[in-house]
Amino acid sequence: MTKRYPDGTVAVDRLSLEIPDRAITVLVGPSGCGKTTTLRMINRMVEPSEGSILLDGMDIRQQPVNTLRRSMGYVIQNAGLFQHRTILDNIATVPRLLGWTRQKARQRAAELMERVGLDTSLAKRYPYQLSGGQQQRVGVARALAADPPVLLMDEPFSAVDPVVRKGLQDELLRIQDELGKTIVFVTHDIDEAIKLGTMVAVLRTGGRLAQFAPPAELLSAPADAFVEDFLGADRGIRRLSFFPSEGLELQTSPLIAIDADAAQLAGRADAPYVLVTDPDGRPLGWSEPDRLTAGAVDREQLIDHGRPFVPGTDSLRTALDGAVLSPTGWAVAVDGDGRAVGVVSQQVIGEAIRAAHRRVTHGAGVEAAR
Amino acid sequence: MNGFFDLPSDLQHSYLGLVGLHLREALIPVLAGLIVSLPVAQLCVRFRWIYPPVLGITTVLYAVPSLAFFVVLIDYFGQSETTVMIPLALYSLVVLVPAIVDGVRSVPQETLAAAEAMGLGAVRRYFQVQLPIAVPAIIAGLRVATVSSISLVSVGMLIGNQGALGNMLYDAQTYHRPALAVNSVLTIAVLGILADAVLVLVRVLLTPWMPRKGATR
Repeated sequence: MTKRYPDGTVAVDRLSLEIPDRAITVLVGPSGCGKTTTLRMINRMVEPSEGSILLDGMDIRQQPVNTLRRSMGYVIQNAGLFQHRTILDNIATVPRLLGWTRQKARQRAAELMERVGLDTSLAKRYPYQLSGGQQQRVGVARALAADPPVLLMDEPFSAVDPVVRKGLQDELLRIQDELGKTIVFVTHDIDEAIKLGTMVAVLRTGGRLAQFAPPAELLSAPADAFVEDFLGADRGIRRLSFFPSEGLELQTSPLIAIDADAAQLAGRADAPYVLVTDPDGRPLGWSEPDRLTAGAVDREQLIDHGRPFVPGTDSLRTALDGAVLSPTGWAVAVDGDGRAVGVVSQQVIGEAIRAAHRRVTHGAGVEAAR
Repeated sequence: MNGFFDLPSDLQHSYLGLVGLHLREALIPVLAGLIVSLPVAQLCVRFRWIYPPVLGITTVLYAVPSLAFFVVLIDYFGQSETTVMIPLALYSLVVLVPAIVDGVRSVPQETLAAAEAMGLGAVRRYFQVQLPIAVPAIIAGLRVATVSSISLVSVGMLIGNQGALGNMLYDAQTYHRPALAVNSVLTIAVLGILADAVLVLVRVLLTPWMPRKGATR
């Protein structure tokens, strides 16, 4: 569809998208690319000048506008809560509009507070008494209240600080795993798009579609210079987020417990570095083997081991990051409890990356590991 | 006799009777002004271009002396309370219309967009979102309009016995009883302060959602 304003400005230019069911589709682009306008055409807050939008094969204009809107959750930047209503009544808005009894609507609202990770003791509070992150959670709960099949989200996490934003993003992915909504998510943040999107539509200024692809494909094969530029300089590194770290060949020989005896120490003498762990196996730090003496390891002289990764759970990006952070160039692999299970060198990770690239080019597909 | 609260018989009311009459003549115009202002202000919000002319008209009305209104209105309503209250109602518009417009405009864009997106029609948006959020601004306007109206009622003495407590000022001169004037002024001031306090209380009761000064999260 196209949106042209009376003054001749074209906000959205012949955009054609097929948005997948029960998945997150992200519209991303610089300001003025028409992403919010596109979103607002889906619930008819903006009417297209040309073209039409079909929902399950039916033109959205075939039902009354407010019926349509009540069947689509909407989350907005800064939450847009009703400041004069309690948290519970904010969340209960759409159920009440749909004619639910007050009691049933409030009961549903309380369930949703738990679902989005809000303490129900906040139910009787007013929006001003909540932090920005909590308000945004209320916004998500309010959008989900009547269990709509479609969720529209307009830069919902842009106004909160990065730590809170990451929490909200993880929470959204978790809720989506449980509920499987059809979500259209607008953002100007490409990292957010890549993290959340099953499909990502990159729009360019003037409202034209530059590329519509899954995030891994976007990173490996940007359609043109605009998309490549928008992805930023380190798209190669970020693409590693989509390569799993399982199958990395781990070396266990450089591992040594802090209470090791002289014989065990002697066995590691030819390694350039050894990874010292505590008696439970948790990594403490690197050391050159000849600086260690049995029973008298000084923890202060150990070299920081960088950030460990969990093979199979974390991606190759996390593994490489650990290796780069480590002064020895080796990444430390740990199990779910934080106990060291091995170490892996940059060379081995590099080999794994090349193998993963070959798999992708041979059409074996990419398994997302986020 | 001739105590502080003993009034000359030409006032035709006891002291408390005058207080009641004064409040009626002061508050009904404010209420009428509010009822007129709400739709007028909504029109001003909806169609921005009519706001400046509306402001101009209310300002001009405010500038017309009440005596001039009386001259015209006496032909229709005689020397009645109505003749006193119509100008007072018109005067209240100069405060109430801008107060309501500012209040409704203070509703954040995101809140309105969210309301629209959730399927609240224009009427529901007005009554369930815009008006409640505008309550603090509306009451701020009502406070000014009410206090001003309470003091302005006194001009009713110009058309005979319609100035309520203001008539005591006239009698103070006629009967050389300055105490009557003191009584009149003090009573009007006390009424103004009490009416203001009641409105503040109403605002506090209506807006539990407002951050209170000094309150912490």
